[in-house]
Formats: sequence, C-alpha cells, structure tokens
Amino acid sequence: MALFLDQYTDIFALRKALDNKQISVKELTQTLLGDIKQHAHLNAFVDVQPALSLAQAEIAEQSLASGQGGALTGIPLAHKDIFVTEGWRTTAGSRILSDYRSPFDATVVQALLKAQTVSLGKLSCDEFAMGSGNEHAATGPVRNPWDPDVVPGGSSGGSAAAVAAGLVLGATGTDTGGSVRQPAALSGICGIKPTYGVASRFGMIAYASSLDQAGVMARSAADLALLLDAISGFDPRDATSIETCRGVANAPGRILSDYANFNATKNTPPLAGLRIGVPTEYFGDGLNNDVAQAVEQALVVLESLGAKRVSISLPNTALSIPAYYVIAPAEASSNLARYDAVRYGHRTETYTDLADMSARSRSEGFGEEVRKRIMIGTYVLSHGYYDAYYLQAQRVRRLIAQDFQRAFADQCDVIMGPVTPTVAPAIGSLSTDPTAEWLGDIYTLSVNLAGLPGLSIPCGFAPGHRSQPLPVGLQMIGNYFDEGRLLAVAHQFQLVTDWHQRRPGAST
Amino acid sequence: MSWEVVIGLEAHVQLATHSKIFSSSSTQYGAAPNTQANEVDMALPGSLPVLNRQAVEYAIRFGLAIGATVSPRSIFARKNYFYPDLPKNYQISQYEIPVVLGGKLQCFVDGEPLTFNLTRAHLEEDAGKSIHENFATPDGRPCSGIDLNRSGTPLLEIVSEPEMRSAAQAVAYARALHALVVWLGICDGNMQEGSFRIDANVSVRPKGQEAFGTRTETKNVNSFRFLERAISYEIRRQIELIEDGGKVVQETRLYDADRDETRSMRSKEDAHDYRYFPDPDLPPLIITSAWMAQVQAGMPELPEEMRRRFVKTLGLSSEDVAQLCNDRQTAQYFEAVASALPAGQAKLAANWVMGEVAAALNREENDIDACPLSAAALAKLLLRISDGTISNKIARDVFADMWANNTLDADAIIDARGLKQISDSDAIGAMVDEVIASQPAIVQEYRAGKQKAFNSLVGQVMKLAKGKANPGQVNDLLKQRLDS
Repeated sequence: MALFLDQYTDIFALRKALDNKQISVKELTQTLLGDIKQHAHLNAFVDVQPALSLAQAEIAEQSLASGQGGALTGIPLAHKDIFVTEGWRTTAGSRILSDYRSPFDATVVQALLKAQTVSLGKLSCDEFAMGSGNEHAATGPVRNPWDPDVVPGGSSGGSAAAVAAGLVLGATGTDTGGSVRQPAALSGICGIKPTYGVASRFGMIAYASSLDQAGVMARSAADLALLLDAISGFDPRDATSIETCRGVANAPGRILSDYANFNATKNTPPLAGLRIGVPTEYFGDGLNNDVAQAVEQALVVLESLGAKRVSISLPNTALSIPAYYVIAPAEASSNLARYDAVRYGHRTETYTDLADMSARSRSEGFGEEVRKRIMIGTYVLSHGYYDAYYLQAQRVRRLIAQDFQRAFADQCDVIMGPVTPTVAPAIGSLSTDPTAEWLGDIYTLSVNLAGLPGLSIPCGFAPGHRSQPLPVGLQMIGNYFDEGRLLAVAHQFQLVTDWHQRRPGAST
Repeated sequence: MSWEVVIGLEAHVQLATHSKIFSSSSTQYGAAPNTQANEVDMALPGSLPVLNRQAVEYAIRFGLAIGATVSPRSIFARKNYFYPDLPKNYQISQYEIPVVLGGKLQCFVDGEPLTFNLTRAHLEEDAGKSIHENFATPDGRPCSGIDLNRSGTPLLEIVSEPEMRSAAQAVAYARALHALVVWLGICDGNMQEGSFRIDANVSVRPKGQEAFGTRTETKNVNSFRFLERAISYEIRRQIELIEDGGKVVQETRLYDADRDETRSMRSKEDAHDYRYFPDPDLPPLIITSAWMAQVQAGMPELPEEMRRRFVKTLGLSSEDVAQLCNDRQTAQYFEAVASALPAGQAKLAANWVMGEVAAALNREENDIDACPLSAAALAKLLLRISDGTISNKIARDVFADMWANNTLDADAIIDARGLKQISDSDAIGAMVDEVIASQPAIVQEYRAGKQKAFNSLVGQVMKLAKGKANPGQVNDLLKQRLDS
C-alpha cells in the first residue's frame, strides 16, 4: 500500500514540494486524512477531526501564499493524547477521560500551531503514559507498522506508529521513563526528550511531574531539531520550566543554533575530538546479542567519523528501576487523585454516597496498570514507609545524577548505548510477566531521573519473536542543555547511514 | 484539685492578594459561584500551579514584623486527602520547612503587656466550599453544590506555641494577631467573610504537672467573643470530664454559637494519613536577603515602634497610645492631626480622636477610613481650642455641625454662628460686674463661705456671654472682683 508521504524523505523534502507549489497544504492534508483512515488497523489515532485539520491547513496555505511561511508551515503532525487540545478530545488513553474536552491547548500544542504545522489529530498512548508497549490504552493496543503482531513501544506508541507508518512527518510524545526514546527505537524512527524543563509541561497531563518531559518524534535528526526547537522555551505557566541554564536562555532558536554551529565546524573527520562514553552497565546481562551487535556497529561508524570511544561506568544504573518505580508511582498517586468524577470525567451509574461515587468511578475508569501504580504510590508515601521508600529513592536519584555528572566532567561529551534490551515484543507477551515490562526500561529511566536530554535513532535490525527483522535504536545521552550537539552528532551519523530512511513496507 | 489550662492557637489568615496563590483568578469575595475559578482552581487536566509573589511578600512582611526567621529556602508539599471541594484532592501547603519560623507577638491582658512565642507560619491554599442546604439539581432533586471561588485563595497559617493559660490570654493574643495582620496590610481582617479564622487547641493539666494533657482542637470560631466562649466551654467540659473520672479524647470539635457549646467533629481514629511529599510542580521557594530587604523597605512602621515613638516624642501615656495604635489608620489619622497642631497639643489631639471622633464613628458603625472629617479639618478645629478662640465645649458643638453637614471649615462655622470666645478682659469684666450687681443674694452667700455660690455666679456670667466667655478668665475676674 503506497503511502503519500513515502515520496518525501523528511520535512525538508516536503518543505520544498510545498514551497514549489507541487502540492498544496490542503491537498496534502486531505490525502493524509485518507491514509489515516486506510491505516485504521494500526489503531494509532484516537481522534481525527478533518474539519479542524483542514482549517489549520487553510491558515498554513494562506501564510505560504503571502510569503509568511516558516520552516514548519504546513507540515503534517499529530499529538500524543496526553497533551490537552481545544478541538480534539483529550483522554490520556483512559476511560476516565473518555469524553473529556479541554478548554485550552497545551503550550507545546500552541507552539506547533504558532509554527503553522497542521495537526491531523490525537495519537494513542498508554493510559496516563504508564506503560512500555501501548497495550494499556483504553482504545486497545497499537500495532507496530513493521509487524502488526508486535508492540510499537510505549507509552508514546501511537506517535511512533504514525510516524513509522508514514501517516505524519512528526509527532509529539512525552517521556517520563523512556516513553519517547523506547517507542522510537522499537518503531524504527527518531525521537528526542530534551533536558527536564526545556519544554513546558503546561497542558501535558501529568503522570510523574518531576520526570515528565515533552519530546518529539520524526524521521531524521534534522527533523527533530526543527520540531524540538519549536516546542522549547521558558513558559511562565510552568514553574519547573527553565529560564536559563548556565547563563544560556531557554528560548526557541537555541537548539537550532547549537545544532547548526556544530555541523558548520568543518572538522575532518566530522566528529574529530568527540568523546563517546560507553557505560559498561549498558552492555551487561539481559541485553539481546543482536541488539548489542547493531549498537556496536553504530559505534564503529561513529568512530570512523572521528569520534573516540571511552569506556565509562554508571554504577547506579541498576538502581534506577526501583528508584523510578517508587518516585513515579508516588507522584502519580497524587496527580491522578483529581479524577474523582466530581467535576468531569467518567462517573459511575449508581452509588450510595460521595466516597462511593469516587471510588466506583475510579475503579471503573482506571485500567489495571494505572490502578497498580496508584496503589504502589499510595503505599510508599504512607506514614511509616515514606523514609524507607520515597526518601531513599530520592537519595538514589541524586546518586544516579552524580554518576552522569562525573562522566561528563572529564571522561566524555556524550554517552551512548542501547535504548532497549530487546526488539519489540509480541503484543500480549508482556502481560504474562508483570515485571518484564518494567525491566525493559533499564537504559532509559536513569536519564529521566537525572533530567538529562536523550535521543534515539535507528541503527539497524535484529530478529523478533518470529525471527522477522525489527528495528534497533541507538541511544545518545547529553549533558544538560546539550540537545543541539546530540542532534548534530546524530545527524552526522545519518549522513553516512540509511537506517533512518528504511520504511516498513520496503524492508519486510 | 486545681487545674492549669494550656492553649495554643492556629490562625488561618487570608492574604489580601488580588489573585489566588497559584492561579490568576480573582480573590474578590462574594462573586457568583464558580465565576472566579480557572483551570488551575478547578484542577483541570494539564493545569499547573504558579506561585503568587505577592503572597510570599506578605508572608515575609509578617515574618519581619514578629522578628521571626524567614526561611531562605522553604518547600511546598502536597497534603493528600479526598474531599469534593478540594479539586486536586490534595492541598498545596508547607510541611517540613515553612516560610516563617519562630517570632514573638506582644499583646495586652488587663493593660499588662504579655509576649507569646510563635511556632511557625506557612503558606497554603484554601479549599472551595460545599453547599449542602437548599441546593437542588435543575430538575429538582436534592444534591450538594460546590463553589470553587475560594479554591486557591492564599492563606498564611500562623501557629502559636501552647503558651496561653486562660481564655482571656488567648483572646488577647488573637486580637493582637488580628490587629497586626490588618496593620501590615496583608489581610482585610473580615472575620464574617472568613478572612481571619481561629482554631483553638485546648488542654488542661493538674497545676504543677509538666506533661501536657490531651488536647482538643476547636474549629469554626468566627469572632473573638465566640473564641472566648468556646475556649471557656471547652475548659469547663474537660475539667468536669476528668473530675468525673473520664478521659479527654484527642479530637476535632466544632463550636456551635447558637447553643454555646463545642461538639465532636472527628476523632483521632478518623485522622487521615495525609501522605505529605514535596510538590514536584513547584521548585523550592528561595527568599534572598535582597528580596527581604526590598520587602522590609516597603513595610509600614510597626505598632510597637509607633507606640514607643508617641510616648517618647509626644509625651502621651501608654494607655493612650495603646488605644490610638489599635489600628494603623487611626494611628495615622491621629498623627496627622497632632502634627498640624502646635507642640504640646498632642494630648488634645489624642483626646479628640479617641473621644468625639471615635464616638461619632461608632454611632455610624464606621471605621476611620470612612471618617467624613479629614485630619486637617479636625486639626483646624482643635487649633481654635488651643489658641483660645473657642472653648472645648463650643468646639464639640462645632464638631457636631461639621460632621452633620459635612462642612470642613471650622472657622467658617465659628464666624457664621458667632461662636468666637470672648477673651477681652474689659468685656468679661463688664459682664462680671453686671452679675455681681444683679445677684446680691448669691454674692452674699459666697461671702458667707458657700463655695457653691461661686459656681452659680460663673454660670450666670457664662449665660450672659452665651457660653462664649473664656471660662478661665471668667473665673479669674469673678474671684478678683468678689475678693477685693
């Protein structure tokens, strides 16, 4: 099934076609709405409103006609259903918000609207962003375009599937413990989560506030740079948003400028002087051999570009799982308390009193994974357990952040390794082992705990459960505010490789 | 057995900011339900709290005023509990590290100064209101309503040490605290609207025992009179209970003003586990010394300082200044009047502000802000007393006229009504002579040693002068003529 977007390698190619009037934004939008309908079996979209998308296309069109267009004018995107949107339903993948409509847009959504992108709708995600396979969505599992029997990853699984399938050229996602990087890796696309506080959390439905960070997903590092720059910047409506970091203002333009400056230095070879830290802890037991192989190959390519590989240690990596699964549920248990059926959201049919109404509505409205995490979170914050769990986890969190700072201080400029221990598992296989899903987050969690930027780009294939080739991701972790450099290094890699250009239809 | 009472108070002081503590909604009282609640106050998905700087500055002001430690770094925490008028189902408050620590407050009990220590003061948000009475769905079924206008209103919770030993002391502390927060301009002090709410922690112990008895917390006290009654009731109840062999249960009690009693609201067994933890939506509150200095520079003179100054520079008694400095507006009004009068006339100004002005305002149930007479206008009237143009008695007359007719020019009234005091010795002398000549019988009585007769003669002279004769001169001249 030929997809319209297959003819454009990236945003830049589509930009040229739009600017040259080879296609109008409205035609493009119409076509993509059709493609989305035809790919309903992926279950990636949860709300599509053609009239709203076409209205945005109209504005982009006019802007182009009057010469007011920007780099993203008319570019088709879609939003993870964790961002609140004025026109489209916002459900956070949950039954408890199945009919919820927000009276305002998230800051990230607003920023991309201001950049004149066209939104094609809302994308499925794990309920309240809790999950690693997009199987915990009220609307059912999302299918991976590379193989409909495997998960696309999660929690931004709908975003990953839509970009991988070629239904949009970019998508927003959120990353609390790997939810942008992991689905990007498992779906063979690119994804980046910036430094905590770079993108506003206003309008992003909270899962674990101290870890949640918006990110973007697309086909190439160059596309990511455009999109991430557009959603970055200090937001006075988010008290955890960064105003400046080491004297540098958090404002649009920063990431693109860092990115361009790095690529502009005509080093030969292009990555000369770059020290890549490779943590031994990221290559231990549990890492699938074929995945390790693909990552290793990528590192060899980067060395051929002049980078130097340094072995480093992040000794507290294993502790990131228990620390994360205490802190995130603790915050979630409180963040999700507002869904009580009093003011909005699902309300149970019959109840005896107020407490009963809330309890029943919540039991019906929340899925199993969410209920599980609320219970864990409630437990670890309880009187008598707080010090042993929550406080202890916060101490571990500091140690993990210190591990990274030690490495960046004098050993390396970027850290690289796998994103996930395996390729995408079969749909349904995770539910048999309740902790397997959690253990799969081992390489991504610590980045959130430390608040660092991290990205994932495709770096090869490895056999899946039926030996079918499935995408493997390479993770790059930078120091605070180093998004521009990370993206530039990824871009240099993509200049000499074509993993990011493989499309599901062609390769399988 | 004789008992000792131990009382500590918690005050919830609504800060007089224009907008809420974590949102831009207005805090104006009395608006139609739910018209002053935005996405943050309603806890819509995706909303985030942003701290109101003004609320912090008011907390700093309070900390500075009571000589407390203002924490350079304090933490906002979430207090988790489900209640339908608490939209997030957690309250953002401060728990382990509050913004204000310690401090002292001076108050007066029977004219004697007493100083109480404060434990802490912390910033938090108020909840909304549940409305259970007379509320129905549009189709007529009974239900509860929720008004979120108050949700997110900034509160400063001020906690005292358990140092008060009587209901009177507790009320004196509460009054002093109320006066201070209003003085500082951080609270409108309106107790009827709930801007200043007091919870009383009360326990009793046998005199001489060091360990505290079991305490109860009494809520819902919305006036000082009720505070006194609620505490007195609770003290009696606890003592009787123990003396009858019972035990005080740690619980929250509600004061019922209609029945003048407290009754159990919830016991400790129902107490919530609030699962406090630092709010990840709000970074630590950092208060730099520069910020504190800036707040300090904008502070009004404190009541204690003002009292001291009035005693020292104006020579007023401590009783007078205590009354004058009850509230800042009165103190400022007084000072404006006094400074427009010649040196040494401060007592005259004080008497009038506490006397005529206060009485007139009282009659109209107004406070000094609504005084129709400016300080300058009053000063002009008092100037005519001090320079002998009119007597104090005539001045009261003029004052009444000015007040009633909103005329601000005392001189114009004095002229128009011909009230100018007669201070001309010749004129007064002539009137004295006339009285002596026309009242030989009374003169006779006086000369026979009846002091009362003298007063009668003074009265006759004043009558002749239509009250306008300088009373001192009348006295002197009459005495002179009679005794010569």
